[in-house]
Amino acid sequence: MKLLRMLGRGIRDASKSVIRNFSLSMASISCISITLMVVALALVVSLNVDNFTNMIESDVTMVIFLEGNATTEDVDKVSDELEKIKNIESITFKSKKEQQEEMMKEDEVFETIMSDWDEDESSLRDSFLVKVVDLEKIEDTAKKVKKIDKIDNVNYGEEMVDRLLGAFDLVKKITIAMVVTLIIVTIFLIINTIKLTIFSRKREISIMRLVGASNATIKLPFVIEGMIIGAIGSVVPILLVIYGYVAMYNHLGGIIFSNLIKLITPEPFVYIISLVVLITGIIVGMLGSARAVRKYLKV
Amino acid sequence: MELINIKSVNVRYKNGVNAIYDLSLKIKKGDFVFVIGGSGCGKSTFIKMLYREIKPNSGEIILGGLNVAKLRNSKVYKLRRKLGIVFQDYRLLPKLTVYENVAFALEVIGAKKSEIQVKTLKAIELVGLKSKTRMYPDQLSGGEQQRVAIARAIVNNPKLLLCDEPTGNLDPEKSMEIMKILDNINKTIGTTIIMATHDKEIVNKMKKRVIVLKDGHLVKDYEKGKYDDEIA
Repeated sequence: MKLLRMLGRGIRDASKSVIRNFSLSMASISCISITLMVVALALVVSLNVDNFTNMIESDVTMVIFLEGNATTEDVDKVSDELEKIKNIESITFKSKKEQQEEMMKEDEVFETIMSDWDEDESSLRDSFLVKVVDLEKIEDTAKKVKKIDKIDNVNYGEEMVDRLLGAFDLVKKITIAMVVTLIIVTIFLIINTIKLTIFSRKREISIMRLVGASNATIKLPFVIEGMIIGAIGSVVPILLVIYGYVAMYNHLGGIIFSNLIKLITPEPFVYIISLVVLITGIIVGMLGSARAVRKYLKV
Repeated sequence: MELINIKSVNVRYKNGVNAIYDLSLKIKKGDFVFVIGGSGCGKSTFIKMLYREIKPNSGEIILGGLNVAKLRNSKVYKLRRKLGIVFQDYRLLPKLTVYENVAFALEVIGAKKSEIQVKTLKAIELVGLKSKTRMYPDQLSGGEQQRVAIARAIVNNPKLLLCDEPTGNLDPEKSMEIMKILDNINKTIGTTIIMATHDKEIVNKMKKRVIVLKDGHLVKDYEKGKYDDEIA
């Protein structure tokens, strides 16, 4: 009961103080809002990037071409050998004939050229489409595959994949750096806000001490004030995430650039982000005020 | 039974000034003690030491079972809840009414609302300000403001009331009013009172125990004392 009373008092004092020092509180709230917007943006971007990366990674296929003179027995042998490699998840065989048919369907030019090929003069090769378990070991796996007899070439689009993943990684790093910088700036602003509140209430604090208020009782309102500032500061970013992301998702039809890169569906994604933003706001506010209390409130 | 036991206490400020030298003293429960002496004799230091605003460099202060000299900062509130403190400059909160100023002392230690109301009104009545509970400090005279401060100091029924020149800002007539209130508190509730003052007239009229400090030394301790011009 006593704890509840003290908490109630802390919240009451903190709210009063936010209103009393309105202009200063506003400065902190605006700063925390901007920070949290960037935090939200960073989260949206990096989670989507993670999503893209996963999708691309699961889409990477290694294509193994056999030599032109490979016989049906050779194909069976290679298939057996491939099955022995641990990192290989699935193996699909595609014969010359199937490839030819596929290509003919795709393009009229191919259709005219290839329509009178017979199997022996085909310049296409029998191939295996292979998916790997661990994408990071794909290079090793490719080397192992190459050693198998009758294999001509192994291809897995390594450069494209590497470049794409590299770009995504860079985007993530930049957003993280921005978030960290902004959080530090915000914490400093909150320290200043709370510092001024502490100074404006010095007399009250000294009397509180004289009449035997415990340190926790004296400190609590200031810490709560920081948390309130953080919570208020998260309102605008949260609204922006909820409405903004949904609007963007609908506008783009859920994809970016191509069907390959799909955005994360808004629900429950935006609510999770909102919760993270709110908690971040409260924690940042609390950190700032706790620091100010430690530094300026010598009790 | 003694409430305070001070054993060879020394206080030296950081600038090298010695404020209290080897002070040993006992104060009984229910005593009314004047601490007198000229400016800079260590009166205020003595009072501050008792409510642990300053820590002695050596020695022991046992106050109601607590070793004040060794009390850590985070535990000071335990001592303060046993004390009431009154200052020359009243130290009231200007934005709070008389009632709120007195109730503040109970609120910040987490007392119940019903308890706060009963105790606050009782304390205000004791200092004779019942008709002014809703006024703000700047609507009151100096004497009345000091009475509010006394009400705030005694609202939590402290064992000890420390007064640092409580009449310093008041004319002789108002000063006597304050002294009557303090005497009344001492006699009816039995609160031990230690009062630092340099008001000769008050000390001579009250005829209480008098401790004389000079340059940080305890020079005299009269049972029913007088203000001695030669010493102080």
